[in-house]
Amino acid sequence: MKITTAWLKDHLDTKLNENQIIDKLTDIGLEVESVDSQSGELDEFVIAKILKAEKHPDADRLRVCDVDIGSGEPVKVVCGAPNAKEGLLTIYAPPGAVVPKSQMKLVVSKIRGVTSYGMLCSESELNLSNESDGITELLPEKYNKKIGENYFPKKNLNVIDISITPNRADCLGVRGIARDLAAAGAGILINQKEKKLDKKNKQTISVKIENEKNQACISFGSCLIKGVKNTESPEWLKDKIISLGQKPISAIVDITNYVMFDLNRPLHAYDVDKIDKGIVVRNSKKGETFEALDNKEYKLEDEMCVISDASGVLGLGGIIGGTKTGTELDTKNVLIESAYFSPRSIRKSSKILNIDTDAKFRFERGIDPLSIDQGLERAANLIQEICGGEVSEFDIQKIEDVKKKSLKFDPSLFEKITGFNIDTKEMITILDNLGFEIKENKGLLDVVIPSWRPDISQEVDVVEELVRIKGYDQIKTIEPEKVRKKQTLNLKQKLFHFLQRSIASKGYFEAITWSFTDSKINQLFIENNKEIKIINPISSDLNVLRSSIFSNLIIHLNKNLGRGFKDVSFFEIGPTFLGSEPGEQQTVATGLRSGKLARQSWLEKERLVDVFDVKSDVIKSLVEAGYNKDKLYIDDETPSYYHPGKSGRIFLNKGKEKVVAFFGDIHPGILKKLDIKVEALVGFEIFLDNLKKPKKSLKDQKTQYKYSDFQKSERDFAFVLDKNFKVQELMETISNVDKELIKSVKVFDVYEGTNIPEGKKSIALNVIIQSLDKTLTEDDLNKINQLIISAVESKTGAKIRS
Amino acid sequence: MSDIKKIKDDFLLKLKENLDLNQVNQIKTELFGKTGLISSQFKQLGKLAEDERKKFASDLNLVKNELENLITTKINDIETKEINKKLEKEKIDITLPERPFVRGKIHPVSQVIDEISSIFSEIGFSVEEGPDVENEYNNFTALNTPDNHPARDMHDTFYLDDAKKLLLRTHTSPVQIRTMLNDKPPFKIIAPGRTYRSDSDQTHTPMFHQVEGLHIDKNINMGHLKGCLNYFIKEFFEVDKIKMRFRPSHFPFTEPSAEVDIGYEIKDGKIVIGEGDKWLEVLGCGMVHPNVLKNVKVNPDEFQGYAFGIGIDRLAMLKYGINDLRAFFDCDYRWLNHFGFDPIDVPTNYRGLSR
Repeated sequence: MKITTAWLKDHLDTKLNENQIIDKLTDIGLEVESVDSQSGELDEFVIAKILKAEKHPDADRLRVCDVDIGSGEPVKVVCGAPNAKEGLLTIYAPPGAVVPKSQMKLVVSKIRGVTSYGMLCSESELNLSNESDGITELLPEKYNKKIGENYFPKKNLNVIDISITPNRADCLGVRGIARDLAAAGAGILINQKEKKLDKKNKQTISVKIENEKNQACISFGSCLIKGVKNTESPEWLKDKIISLGQKPISAIVDITNYVMFDLNRPLHAYDVDKIDKGIVVRNSKKGETFEALDNKEYKLEDEMCVISDASGVLGLGGIIGGTKTGTELDTKNVLIESAYFSPRSIRKSSKILNIDTDAKFRFERGIDPLSIDQGLERAANLIQEICGGEVSEFDIQKIEDVKKKSLKFDPSLFEKITGFNIDTKEMITILDNLGFEIKENKGLLDVVIPSWRPDISQEVDVVEELVRIKGYDQIKTIEPEKVRKKQTLNLKQKLFHFLQRSIASKGYFEAITWSFTDSKINQLFIENNKEIKIINPISSDLNVLRSSIFSNLIIHLNKNLGRGFKDVSFFEIGPTFLGSEPGEQQTVATGLRSGKLARQSWLEKERLVDVFDVKSDVIKSLVEAGYNKDKLYIDDETPSYYHPGKSGRIFLNKGKEKVVAFFGDIHPGILKKLDIKVEALVGFEIFLDNLKKPKKSLKDQKTQYKYSDFQKSERDFAFVLDKNFKVQELMETISNVDKELIKSVKVFDVYEGTNIPEGKKSIALNVIIQSLDKTLTEDDLNKINQLIISAVESKTGAKIRS
Repeated sequence: MSDIKKIKDDFLLKLKENLDLNQVNQIKTELFGKTGLISSQFKQLGKLAEDERKKFASDLNLVKNELENLITTKINDIETKEINKKLEKEKIDITLPERPFVRGKIHPVSQVIDEISSIFSEIGFSVEEGPDVENEYNNFTALNTPDNHPARDMHDTFYLDDAKKLLLRTHTSPVQIRTMLNDKPPFKIIAPGRTYRSDSDQTHTPMFHQVEGLHIDKNINMGHLKGCLNYFIKEFFEVDKIKMRFRPSHFPFTEPSAEVDIGYEIKDGKIVIGEGDKWLEVLGCGMVHPNVLKNVKVNPDEFQGYAFGIGIDRLAMLKYGINDLRAFFDCDYRWLNHFGFDPIDVPTNYRGLSR
C-alpha cells in the first residue's frame, strides 16, 4: 500500500514530520518497506521553448530544434514530433534524466548524423496522459515566464510503501492508516464532511441480485449520473494517482480508483448506454466468456460471481470489469457500483482465472460491508464536481443484512497475555479511537467491532489491538530460566550428529543440496521405489523428490570436476523419499569420493581411491558412532547403481535384519550416461533409520575391562581356498576356534597366480594368541594351531599351504 | 709394585694414541679380561704377606680405576663421534612438505543448527523433528490458515498431488502441531529443519532452513517470549548487548504476533550486529493462537505460550559474513572449504559456540 504524507494529511491532523510518521507506522504494525523519493527523478524536467525548428538534413520526419532551456545558450535537440515548431512551449529532459514511462535513461546521441542533447517529451512519456502523438504543448499565458523552471513542482512527494499484513484490510485505504495513527497518538482523525448531494432523479437502471446458492454478492449499491462530461483529471487528482505508481486515465476512472485508495472502497463505473436493459448479479455458467479491462478474454467456470446484462457477462464482480460497458472520454451517462462480495468467492474465482487487481486484493481480504453509501457519496460528489451531470438517488439491493459483530472482553486477559498492565480507562480510549464501541459491564467490556475489521473475532484479537497501539516496547523482558528437564537430543538425533561429524572428519566436505532433483538422473538411482513428482516444480530439472542423495551429489561433483577439482570428497546427510505421504522418507548419509589419494606427493605413491577406502570410512564411522566392528556382517548384494563386483552392503550382525549401509564403486554405466569423466568414483550410503540403538551404552561398555599380562604369541597361516569363498567367513571360522585365546586375526596377503591352482586364491593370515591366565606353552600353541587348521579345512574346504 | 706402575705407564701411553673402538676394546681385554694384566695382578694378592697385601691392593685398585675410567671415557667419545657422524649423514631438508592429510568440513547451516540447539538446550528446550512432506492440514489448516485465506499467498507452496492435499512443508510450524498432538503440555521445543517455497531469485531459494520454537505452559506470556529471544540473539551473535525491536505483525497462527528486528551497522564494509541505527528483520513470533491450541486439543483457557520461527540460513549469513544465499546449496568445493567448519568444532556451552 503506497501513501504520501500529503494524502495522509487529508485524514490526519498531525504535528509529526514524515520520519516520525514512518517510525510510528512501523511501531503499530504497519511496516514501512521503503520510502521512494519521486521528486528526485522528476527534478530534471524543465519548461522549455523551441526557438528554431529546421528539417533534419537526412530525415524528412525529424526536426532539429534549438531549444531555450533558460540557461542562456540554446541546446540542440533532434525531435520526431509533428508538432515541434518554432515558438512552442514544451517540456525538456536533459541527458541523464530517466523517462518516467519507459524508465530509459537519456544520453547524448547522434541521430542520423546530428547530435541531440536530450529530449522533448510527450505527455505519455511523462505518464501525464495517454497522449503520445506529439510533444507536450504548454499554454503560453501560463508558462511563458517560467522557461527553465522545473515542470514538476517540488511537492515533497515521498512515496511511503507500507507492507499491509493480510489481516488488515482496513489499512488498504489511506483513511484506515490515518485512523490507526490517530489511535496511537500521532494526531487527530479528521472528520470529513461530504457536500450534500442534490439527488434529482431515481436510479432508473434495474439491478437485481439473484438470490441463489453460493451468491457471493451480498449487497449492490448504485448511483446513476446523467449528462457527464468525462475529461482528463484535474492536477490534484492526477498527482494522487501518479503518486501511487498508477496511470491517470480519465476523471471517472481516476475517481473510482481514488476512492478505493482513499477509503478502501472499490467502485466500478459503467457506461450506462452500453448496458443492455438492466443489471443482474448472478453466478456464471461454465463456458461463459467476456473480455475484461486487461484486454484478455476469460472463460468462466460455474459459480463465479458475475455482473451481467441481457446480452451477457459485463464483468467479474469485485475482480475486474469488462470492456463492453467500460467508460470512455465520450461517456455521457455513468452508473457507479458500490457492492460487497464475499472474500472466499473472490479468492476462489481469481485463483482459477489467475487475475490480480487492486479491487480483488481488497475484496478477498474483506472490505467494510457498511461502506456502500459512503463510497457512492464520495464518488458522486467528485464526478459532479469534475464532470458535472445529474446525480440520482442511490439504489441499494441486498440479499442479507450486515450487522456489526460484538464480543465480551475481560480486561484481565491483557496482562495474562502481555505480562504488563494498563488500566481499563486507557483500554477504552484506545479501542474507541480505533472505532470500537465499548460499554463497561460488571468488570467486563461489551465491545462492538467496527465493520471494517473482519479480522477481529475473539478476545485475544482485542489484546493485540491494545498492545499494538500501546507499543511492544512496553512488554517487559523476563529472563529465561536455565533449567533442563529433558535431554536436548534423542538417540536418533545424537546419531545424526555423531555420523555427520564422524564422516566429515575423514576428509569429506558436507554439502546441502535440494530435496528435489532431476527425474532423469533420479531414475538411475531409484531401484524399486516409485517416483514422487512435484506438481508445480520450480523448473523441469527439479521435478521429483529425490530417491537417493547420489543424484544431486553427482550433479555437483560434475560441476566441481568442471572447476578443475579432481580429488573431491563430498557427503550429505538428509532425507530421501520413498512415497508422497508424510513420513515416507528416510535419513541417509551419502558420500562420494573421486580421483586419487596423495596426488603428486614427493613422499607417497599416488593411487586411485577405491572401494576399500569407502569401506574403511563407513566402518570407522559406524564404530565411532558406537557399533561393534566385530559384529558387522558384509555381503555383496547391492543396488544396480553400484559396480556389481566392487560393492557391498553392511549389516549390524549376521542376522542381516536391516541394511545399514551400501558402499562401492559407482557403476561405470552411470558415469557414461551422465558423461562424467572421472578417474575413479566410489560412494556410500548409511541408513540412519536402520541403525538400532547399540545394546550397551558407552558407560555400560566401560564398566568391565580385562587385560592380560602374559606373553602373547603370533602365528602366520596361509590357506588356499576357492576364489569365490569370502574371507569374512574364513576369519570368522578362525576366531570361533577359541574366542578366549584368539585375540586378533589379520589378513596380510591375498594372492592368485603362479603356484596357486586355477580358480583358487591364497590368503595369508596373522593370528595373535594370548591367555588371560598363563603363559602358553609350545604345546598349548601347537594345539591351537592344529585346531585352527582343522577347523578351517573342514568348514571351508581350504588347504593349509605348506 | 714396579709391575703395577709399569702397566699403568705403558697403558696410559697406549691409550693416548688415536684408537678406534676395536682397539680400545682390545686394550680393555688385555687389562681386565680373565687373563688380563690387571686381573692377573689381583690373583697374586693371595701370595703376599698380610702387611704388604693391604698396600698392594690399594695401589692396584687405584691403577685399575684410573685405567678403567680412561677406557670408558675413550669408548664414550668414540661412540659419540660415530653417532654424530651418522646423524650428519642423515640430515634431510625438513622444509619438504609433510605427508598429505585430508581435512573435512561441516556445512555452515549444520554448524549453525548445532549452535542454535546448544543455546536453547541451556534454557531447557529439546529438539523435535517432523517430515519434509506434510499434509495440507498440518501445514495450514491446523495453524489457523484455512483454505482460501489470503495468508496462504504468503507461501508459494510445492504440491505433490493435484488435490493439493500433500505438499512440501512451507515452514517448520507443522512440527508444533505434530508435537502437541502426540504429547501433553507443557511443551518446550525447538524444531530445526528444511522448508520449501516455490520461489527462486537472488535472495530466495526453493529450499531453506528454519528453526521453530514453541513454549506452552500455564503462565507463559509475551515477556517470556521477549526474554527468550533476547537471550538467544545475544548468545548466538556472542555479544554482550543487543539492540532489538519487537514490532507488531501478523501470522495466522499467533495472536498477538510480532516481527523482531536487530540493530546493525556497516563498519569497513562488514556488518556489525547489535549496534547502529539500521534494523534487520530476523524472525517472526507471537503468542500461539487459541484456535491452534484448540486444534491440537490443548485447552487455551488453561495453557498458553509463544512460538517463533527463525531463518537459519539468514542467521548463518549474518554471523559469518556470507553474502550469497544461493551459494549455500551450490556445493562449490571452494565455498565449502572457505565457509565450512572443522568437524571438531562442536559448539558447546562451556567452550563457547565458535572459535
